[in-house]
Amino acid sequence: MAKIRRNNKREMPALNTSSLPDIIFMLLFFFMSVTSMKEVTYKVSFTTPTATELTKLEKKSLVRYIYVGTPTAEFRKQYGAETRIQLDDAFADKSEIGDFIINERSAMNEQDQGLMTVSIKADKETRMGVISDIKQELRRAYALKISYAATQRTNY
Amino acid sequence: MAKKIPQINASSMADISFLLLIFFLVTTSMDVNQGLARRLPAPIPPDQKVEDTDINKRNLLVVKINSADQLMVQGQLKDIKELREEAKKFILNENDDAFYPKLFEEDFGEPFGVIRYTKEHVISVQNDVDTHYQAYLNVQNELVAAYNELRDACARKYFHTGYNELDEDTQKRIQKIYPQKISEAEPKNYGGN
Repeated sequence: MAKIRRNNKREMPALNTSSLPDIIFMLLFFFMSVTSMKEVTYKVSFTTPTATELTKLEKKSLVRYIYVGTPTAEFRKQYGAETRIQLDDAFADKSEIGDFIINERSAMNEQDQGLMTVSIKADKETRMGVISDIKQELRRAYALKISYAATQRTNY
Repeated sequence: MAKKIPQINASSMADISFLLLIFFLVTTSMDVNQGLARRLPAPIPPDQKVEDTDINKRNLLVVKINSADQLMVQGQLKDIKELREEAKKFILNENDDAFYPKLFEEDFGEPFGVIRYTKEHVISVQNDVDTHYQAYLNVQNELVAAYNELRDACARKYFHTGYNELDEDTQKRIQKIYPQKISEAEPKNYGGN
Protein backbone atom coordinates (compact mmCIF):
# COMPACT_ATOMS: atom_id res chain seq x y z
CA MET A 1 0.00 0.00 0.00
CA ALA A 2 2.67 2.37 0.95
CA LYS A 3 4.35 1.79 -2.34
CA ILE A 4 1.36 2.95 -4.32
CA ARG A 5 0.73 6.03 -2.24
CA ARG A 6 4.24 7.18 -2.54
CA ASN A 7 3.26 10.57 -3.79
CA ASN A 8 0.80 12.31 -1.58
CA LYS A 9 0.15 15.13 -3.99
CA ARG A 10 -2.07 13.69 -6.68
CA GLU A 11 -1.57 15.30 -10.03
CA MET A 12 -3.99 15.24 -12.93
CA PRO A 13 -2.28 13.66 -15.88
CA ALA A 14 -1.99 16.05 -18.77
CA LEU A 15 -4.68 15.44 -21.35
CA ASN A 16 -3.24 14.41 -24.65
CA THR A 17 -4.49 16.99 -27.13
CA SER A 18 -2.23 16.12 -30.00
CA SER A 19 -5.14 14.87 -32.11
CA LEU A 20 -7.23 17.97 -31.51
CA PRO A 21 -5.75 19.90 -34.46
CA ASP A 22 -6.50 16.98 -36.73
CA ILE A 23 -10.12 16.92 -35.66
CA ILE A 24 -10.49 20.66 -36.12
CA PHE A 25 -8.82 20.49 -39.51
CA MET A 26 -11.28 17.81 -40.51
CA LEU A 27 -14.15 20.08 -39.50
CA LEU A 28 -12.53 22.93 -41.37
CA PHE A 29 -12.23 20.95 -44.57
CA PHE A 30 -15.80 19.76 -44.23
CA PHE A 31 -17.07 23.30 -43.99
CA MET A 32 -14.83 24.47 -46.77
CA SER A 33 -16.23 21.89 -49.13
CA VAL A 34 -19.93 22.20 -48.34
CA THR A 35 -20.20 25.96 -48.14
CA SER A 36 -19.62 28.67 -50.64
CA MET A 37 -18.21 32.14 -50.25
CA LYS A 38 -20.71 34.92 -49.86
CA GLU A 39 -20.91 36.77 -53.14
CA VAL A 40 -22.00 40.12 -51.81
CA THR A 41 -23.51 41.67 -48.73
CA TYR A 42 -27.24 41.64 -49.16
CA LYS A 43 -28.99 44.95 -49.09
CA VAL A 44 -32.29 43.38 -49.90
CA SER A 45 -33.87 40.58 -47.95
CA PHE A 46 -35.48 37.71 -49.76
CA THR A 47 -36.56 34.14 -49.32
CA THR A 48 -36.35 32.29 -52.58
CA PRO A 49 -39.41 30.40 -53.77
CA THR A 50 -39.56 26.63 -53.66
CA ALA A 51 -39.62 24.24 -56.59
CA THR A 52 -38.89 20.61 -57.37
CA GLU A 53 -37.24 20.54 -60.80
CA LEU A 54 -34.01 22.23 -59.87
CA THR A 55 -30.66 22.11 -61.55
CA LYS A 56 -27.41 23.10 -59.95
CA LEU A 57 -25.56 26.07 -61.30
CA GLU A 58 -22.33 24.53 -62.37
CA LYS A 59 -19.56 26.95 -63.04
CA LYS A 60 -19.51 29.67 -60.45
CA SER A 61 -17.39 31.99 -62.55
CA LEU A 62 -20.01 32.05 -65.28
CA VAL A 63 -22.89 33.04 -63.04
CA ARG A 64 -23.98 36.58 -62.31
CA TYR A 65 -26.65 37.40 -59.80
CA ILE A 66 -29.54 39.79 -59.65
CA TYR A 67 -31.15 40.17 -56.26
CA VAL A 68 -34.72 41.30 -55.90
CA GLY A 69 -36.48 41.97 -52.63
CA THR A 70 -37.41 44.54 -50.06
CA PRO A 71 -34.55 46.59 -48.54
CA THR A 72 -33.22 45.24 -45.26
CA ALA A 73 -34.08 47.02 -42.02
CA GLU A 74 -31.10 49.35 -42.04
CA PHE A 75 -31.89 50.63 -45.53
CA ARG A 76 -35.62 50.80 -45.11
CA LYS A 77 -35.57 54.38 -43.85
CA GLN A 78 -33.71 55.54 -46.88
CA TYR A 79 -35.25 53.42 -49.59
CA GLY A 80 -38.69 52.49 -48.31
CA ALA A 81 -40.26 49.06 -48.30
CA GLU A 82 -40.87 48.76 -52.02
CA THR A 83 -39.29 45.91 -53.95
CA ARG A 84 -35.81 46.83 -55.08
CA ILE A 85 -33.16 45.39 -57.35
CA GLN A 86 -29.61 44.87 -56.16
CA LEU A 87 -26.70 44.44 -58.55
CA ASP A 88 -23.34 43.60 -56.98
CA ASP A 89 -23.18 45.69 -53.83
CA ALA A 90 -25.58 48.48 -54.62
CA PHE A 91 -29.22 49.17 -55.26
CA ALA A 92 -29.90 49.63 -58.94
CA ASP A 93 -32.62 50.68 -61.27
CA LYS A 94 -33.88 48.19 -63.82
CA SER A 95 -32.41 50.34 -66.59
CA GLU A 96 -28.92 49.62 -65.21
CA ILE A 97 -29.24 45.87 -65.71
CA GLY A 98 -28.31 46.04 -69.39
CA ASP A 99 -25.07 47.92 -68.70
CA PHE A 100 -24.28 45.62 -65.79
CA ILE A 101 -24.62 42.53 -67.96
CA ILE A 102 -22.59 44.00 -70.80
CA ASN A 103 -19.82 45.06 -68.41
CA GLU A 104 -19.71 41.67 -66.73
CA ARG A 105 -19.70 39.87 -70.01
CA SER A 106 -16.89 41.90 -71.51
CA ALA A 107 -14.79 41.11 -68.44
CA MET A 108 -15.08 37.40 -69.17
CA ASN A 109 -13.00 35.23 -71.45
CA GLU A 110 -14.21 35.24 -74.99
CA GLN A 111 -15.11 31.57 -75.04
CA ASP A 112 -17.02 31.92 -71.81
CA GLN A 113 -19.15 34.84 -72.87
CA GLY A 114 -21.81 32.74 -74.50
CA LEU A 115 -22.10 30.54 -71.44
CA MET A 116 -22.91 33.29 -68.99
CA THR A 117 -25.88 32.49 -66.80
CA VAL A 118 -27.85 35.06 -64.89
CA SER A 119 -29.36 33.84 -61.67
CA ILE A 120 -32.37 35.79 -60.50
CA LYS A 121 -32.59 35.59 -56.75
CA ALA A 122 -35.94 37.07 -55.97
CA ASP A 123 -38.27 37.01 -53.03
CA LYS A 124 -41.24 34.73 -53.47
CA GLU A 125 -43.64 37.57 -52.73
CA THR A 126 -42.29 39.71 -55.54
CA ARG A 127 -44.83 40.81 -58.09
CA MET A 128 -44.27 39.51 -61.59
CA GLY A 129 -44.22 43.02 -63.02
CA VAL A 130 -40.73 43.52 -61.59
CA ILE A 131 -39.54 40.11 -62.77
CA SER A 132 -40.93 40.66 -66.26
CA ASP A 133 -39.11 44.00 -66.47
CA ILE A 134 -35.85 42.29 -65.50
CA LYS A 135 -36.44 39.55 -68.04
CA GLN A 136 -37.05 42.10 -70.78
CA GLU A 137 -33.83 43.91 -69.85
CA LEU A 138 -31.91 40.64 -69.91
CA ARG A 139 -33.32 39.78 -73.30
CA ARG A 140 -32.27 43.14 -74.65
CA ALA A 141 -28.74 42.55 -73.31
CA TYR A 142 -28.73 39.07 -74.88
CA ALA A 143 -28.32 37.34 -71.54
CA LEU A 144 -30.69 34.56 -72.45
CA LYS A 145 -29.54 31.83 -70.13
CA ILE A 146 -31.24 32.48 -66.86
CA SER A 147 -31.97 30.56 -63.72
CA TYR A 148 -34.67 31.30 -61.20
CA ALA A 149 -32.99 30.65 -57.87
CA ALA A 150 -35.15 28.41 -55.72
CA THR A 151 -34.91 26.00 -52.85
CA GLN A 152 -35.75 22.34 -53.10
CA ARG A 153 -39.03 21.03 -51.79
CA THR A 154 -40.33 17.51 -52.00
CA ASN A 155 -43.97 17.94 -52.94
CA TYR A 156 -46.53 20.61 -53.70
CA MET B 1 23.58 6.77 -29.95
CA ALA B 2 21.13 8.68 -32.07
CA LYS B 3 20.40 12.16 -30.93
CA LYS B 4 16.91 12.56 -29.61
CA ILE B 5 14.95 15.13 -31.53
CA PRO B 6 13.04 17.38 -29.18
CA GLN B 7 9.31 17.26 -29.66
CA ILE B 8 7.75 20.32 -31.24
CA ASN B 9 5.14 21.92 -29.10
CA ALA B 10 1.97 21.62 -31.11
CA SER B 11 -0.52 22.79 -28.55
CA SER B 12 -1.16 26.03 -30.41
CA MET B 13 -1.97 24.12 -33.58
CA ALA B 14 -5.50 23.55 -32.33
CA ASP B 15 -5.95 27.25 -31.72
CA ILE B 16 -4.73 28.10 -35.19
CA SER B 17 -7.04 25.63 -36.84
CA PHE B 18 -9.94 26.82 -34.69
CA LEU B 19 -9.26 30.31 -35.91
CA LEU B 20 -9.34 29.15 -39.52
CA LEU B 21 -12.51 27.20 -38.92
CA ILE B 22 -14.29 30.18 -37.44
CA PHE B 23 -13.10 32.40 -40.26
CA PHE B 24 -14.61 30.03 -42.81
CA LEU B 25 -17.83 29.67 -40.86
CA VAL B 26 -18.28 33.42 -40.88
CA THR B 27 -17.39 34.15 -44.48
CA THR B 28 -19.22 31.32 -46.20
CA SER B 29 -22.85 30.56 -46.62
CA MET B 30 -24.47 27.17 -46.60
CA ASP B 31 -26.93 27.70 -49.43
CA VAL B 32 -26.23 25.84 -52.63
CA ASN B 33 -26.90 27.61 -55.86
CA GLN B 34 -29.83 25.83 -57.33
CA GLY B 35 -32.43 27.11 -59.64
CA LEU B 36 -34.93 26.48 -62.35
CA ALA B 37 -32.95 26.90 -65.55
CA ARG B 38 -34.82 28.60 -68.37
CA ARG B 39 -33.89 30.13 -71.66
CA LEU B 40 -35.27 33.47 -72.74
CA PRO B 41 -36.23 34.09 -76.36
CA ALA B 42 -33.96 36.34 -78.35
CA PRO B 43 -35.02 39.98 -78.38
CA ILE B 44 -37.09 41.34 -81.22
CA PRO B 45 -35.12 43.86 -83.30
CA PRO B 46 -36.56 47.33 -82.81
CA ASP B 47 -37.29 47.80 -86.49
CA GLN B 48 -39.36 44.64 -86.63
CA LYS B 49 -43.00 44.75 -85.84
CA VAL B 50 -44.38 42.35 -83.28
CA GLU B 51 -46.28 39.90 -85.37
CA ASP B 52 -48.70 37.43 -84.01
CA THR B 53 -47.29 34.20 -85.30
CA ASP B 54 -50.00 31.99 -86.56
CA ILE B 55 -50.19 28.92 -84.39
CA ASN B 56 -52.94 26.47 -84.99
CA LYS B 57 -55.28 26.64 -82.05
CA ARG B 58 -55.08 22.95 -81.30
CA ASN B 59 -51.30 23.18 -80.94
CA LEU B 60 -51.51 25.77 -78.21
CA LEU B 61 -51.93 25.24 -74.48
CA VAL B 62 -52.62 28.54 -72.82
CA VAL B 63 -51.86 28.83 -69.12
CA LYS B 64 -52.87 32.10 -67.54
CA ILE B 65 -52.16 33.21 -64.00
CA ASN B 66 -54.12 36.13 -62.64
CA SER B 67 -53.27 38.60 -59.91
CA ALA B 68 -54.87 36.36 -57.27
CA ASP B 69 -52.55 33.54 -58.38
CA GLN B 70 -55.43 31.55 -59.83
CA LEU B 71 -54.76 29.34 -62.79
CA MET B 72 -56.64 29.12 -66.04
CA VAL B 73 -55.74 26.31 -68.42
CA GLN B 74 -57.44 26.41 -71.84
CA GLY B 75 -60.12 28.69 -70.47
CA GLN B 76 -60.89 26.58 -67.44
CA LEU B 77 -60.09 27.29 -63.82
CA LYS B 78 -57.64 24.64 -62.68
CA ASP B 79 -55.64 23.77 -59.62
CA ILE B 80 -51.86 23.78 -59.80
CA LYS B 81 -51.86 20.07 -58.97
CA GLU B 82 -53.79 19.27 -62.13
CA LEU B 83 -51.45 21.18 -64.40
CA ARG B 84 -48.75 18.53 -64.71
CA GLU B 85 -51.15 15.82 -65.88
CA GLU B 86 -52.90 18.29 -68.14
CA ALA B 87 -49.60 19.28 -69.74
CA LYS B 88 -48.54 15.67 -70.19
CA LYS B 89 -51.82 14.79 -71.87
CA PHE B 90 -51.39 17.79 -74.11
CA ILE B 91 -47.81 16.97 -75.08
CA LEU B 92 -48.52 13.29 -75.71
CA ASN B 93 -51.95 13.35 -77.38
CA GLU B 94 -52.08 9.58 -77.15
CA ASN B 95 -55.52 9.15 -78.68
CA ASP B 96 -55.01 11.57 -81.56
CA ASP B 97 -57.76 13.85 -80.32
CA ALA B 98 -58.73 16.73 -82.53
CA PHE B 99 -58.44 19.27 -79.73
CA TYR B 100 -54.90 18.21 -78.79
CA PRO B 101 -51.83 19.01 -80.93
CA LYS B 102 -51.35 17.46 -84.32
CA LEU B 103 -49.30 14.28 -84.39
CA PHE B 104 -46.36 13.82 -86.72
CA GLU B 105 -44.67 10.55 -87.54
CA GLU B 106 -40.92 10.55 -87.63
CA ASP B 107 -38.17 7.97 -87.58
CA PHE B 108 -35.84 8.66 -84.67
CA GLY B 109 -33.47 5.80 -85.44
CA GLU B 110 -32.50 2.94 -83.15
CA PRO B 111 -33.84 2.06 -80.67
CA PHE B 112 -36.82 4.38 -80.98
CA GLY B 113 -38.06 3.57 -84.46
CA VAL B 114 -40.99 5.49 -85.81
CA ILE B 115 -42.66 7.57 -83.14
CA ARG B 116 -45.71 9.74 -83.36
CA TYR B 117 -45.13 12.99 -81.52
CA THR B 118 -46.58 16.44 -81.30
CA LYS B 119 -43.98 18.39 -83.14
CA GLU B 120 -45.57 21.80 -83.15
CA HIS B 121 -47.10 22.05 -79.71
CA VAL B 122 -46.50 25.22 -77.74
CA ILE B 123 -47.29 25.90 -74.11
CA SER B 124 -47.90 29.56 -73.56
CA VAL B 125 -47.60 31.03 -70.09
CA GLN B 126 -49.19 34.38 -69.49
CA ASN B 127 -49.09 36.18 -66.20
CA ASP B 128 -50.46 39.35 -64.71
CA VAL B 129 -48.29 42.18 -63.44
CA ASP B 130 -49.48 41.45 -59.91
CA THR B 131 -48.95 37.69 -60.00
CA HIS B 132 -46.71 36.50 -57.20
CA TYR B 133 -43.33 35.15 -58.18
CA GLN B 134 -43.94 31.91 -56.31
CA ALA B 135 -47.14 31.24 -58.26
CA TYR B 136 -45.36 31.90 -61.53
CA LEU B 137 -42.50 29.63 -60.57
CA ASN B 138 -44.93 26.90 -59.53
CA VAL B 139 -46.40 26.92 -63.02
CA GLN B 140 -42.97 26.87 -64.65
CA ASN B 141 -41.94 24.11 -62.31
CA GLU B 142 -44.96 21.95 -63.13
CA LEU B 143 -44.43 22.38 -66.86
CA VAL B 144 -40.74 21.49 -66.62
CA ALA B 145 -41.72 18.55 -64.43
CA ALA B 146 -44.17 17.34 -67.07
CA TYR B 147 -41.41 17.31 -69.68
CA ASN B 148 -38.96 15.68 -67.29
CA GLU B 149 -41.42 12.92 -66.45
CA LEU B 150 -42.13 12.22 -70.10
CA ARG B 151 -38.44 12.09 -70.94
CA ASP B 152 -37.77 9.88 -67.98
CA ALA B 153 -40.56 7.50 -69.01
CA CYS B 154 -39.11 7.39 -72.51
CA ALA B 155 -35.64 6.64 -71.16
CA ARG B 156 -37.01 3.85 -69.00
CA LYS B 157 -38.93 2.37 -71.89
CA TYR B 158 -36.05 2.23 -74.36
CA PHE B 159 -32.94 2.16 -72.18
CA HIS B 160 -34.24 0.81 -68.87
CA THR B 161 -32.55 3.56 -66.89
CA GLY B 162 -33.51 7.00 -65.71
CA TYR B 163 -33.12 9.97 -68.02
CA ASN B 164 -30.46 11.52 -65.82
CA GLU B 165 -28.23 8.45 -66.04
CA LEU B 166 -28.04 8.58 -69.83
CA ASP B 167 -25.17 10.21 -71.65
CA GLU B 168 -25.57 13.61 -73.22
CA ASP B 169 -26.09 12.38 -76.78
CA THR B 170 -28.92 10.07 -75.85
CA GLN B 171 -30.49 12.77 -73.75
CA LYS B 172 -30.44 15.05 -76.75
CA ARG B 173 -32.16 12.42 -78.85
CA ILE B 174 -34.92 12.07 -76.29
CA GLN B 175 -35.21 15.83 -76.13
CA LYS B 176 -36.00 15.76 -79.82
CA ILE B 177 -39.03 13.58 -79.16
CA TYR B 178 -40.21 15.82 -76.36
CA PRO B 179 -38.98 19.27 -77.30
CA GLN B 180 -39.50 21.74 -74.51
CA LYS B 181 -41.61 24.53 -75.89
CA ILE B 182 -42.69 26.84 -73.15
CA SER B 183 -43.33 30.23 -74.58
CA GLU B 184 -43.63 33.32 -72.50
CA ALA B 185 -45.79 35.99 -73.95
CA GLU B 186 -44.46 39.44 -74.55
CA PRO B 187 -45.56 41.40 -71.52
CA LYS B 188 -48.84 43.04 -72.25
CA ASN B 189 -50.83 45.49 -70.29
CA TYR B 190 -54.31 44.16 -70.16
CA GLY B 191 -55.69 47.42 -68.83
CA GLY B 192 -57.06 47.91 -65.39
CA ASN B 193 -54.49 49.23 -62.98
